[in-house]
Amino acid sequence: MPTTTTTTDRIEKQIFLRASRERVWRALTDSREFGSWFGMRFAEPFKPGATIRATIVPTTVDPETAAMQKQFEGFAFDIVIERIEPQRLFSFRWHPGAVDPNIDYTKEPMTLVEFELKAAEGGILLTVAESGFDKIPLARRAAAFTGNEEGWTKVVTLIEKYLEQNA
Amino acid sequence: MRNATRISGKEARRSAPIFAALGDETRLRMLSRLAQSGPMSITSLTAGTGVTRQAVTKHLRRMEYAGLLQASRLGRERVWEVDPASLDMAEQYLRTISDQWDAALGRLKAFVES
Repeated sequence: MPTTTTTTDRIEKQIFLRASRERVWRALTDSREFGSWFGMRFAEPFKPGATIRATIVPTTVDPETAAMQKQFEGFAFDIVIERIEPQRLFSFRWHPGAVDPNIDYTKEPMTLVEFELKAAEGGILLTVAESGFDKIPLARRAAAFTGNEEGWTKVVTLIEKYLEQNA
Repeated sequence: MRNATRISGKEARRSAPIFAALGDETRLRMLSRLAQSGPMSITSLTAGTGVTRQAVTKHLRRMEYAGLLQASRLGRERVWEVDPASLDMAEQYLRTISDQWDAALGRLKAFVES
């Protein structure tokens, strides 16, 4: 399990990977490899400053997750690549928890996701930090209101039902 | 990753006041101000906003009804603050995202170590 540090604005995780720096770097910055473990397909290679269309496709790594992702298959959103510092740092911005096709996320603030690689005995210590949550609209964060693990989708469904009933 | 669940109409109706309360710019602004500053009186909430005291009071009551705010007495004035239980919201949200990262990093580990 990764170790976690959080504030309301930032989540930080560290995980040890028993693999070479080159292997980890490729898994993060080759958009096809990233997509394959994360569960997305990217329209083009990652390049600093580029806005890239990401489409949800089930991961090839874990069948259980793949089954869950299946229902969101085809949902598309943009990510903006920030920095690619070879073998050391990769960062991008995106809309956290964006899976509702009825919501236009494009005008909302994005969070920043940073991957940092550090040498460690027998592998790489990878730090992932996602920050900028304090700027995410309260209504989006209300996802958690229902206090259950399903989070997002449930709230999105709640909002839809609510709007239907109050149309 | 994100998981979809069927929910009952009853459940949706129960949550409706929260979404209704959040679905207004003035209220969202008041809520975020209260969340940042701590307890405030109606007088200070009204000052410099261009919104009447009456309207501010109405908004506060609506958010109180939704369980977002609570009022208490401080001397002769009523002060309003964010209901501590509703602050859970931000925490719960981060926990959800945090769990998703745990799962994603687990997949990355399997991917690069295989």
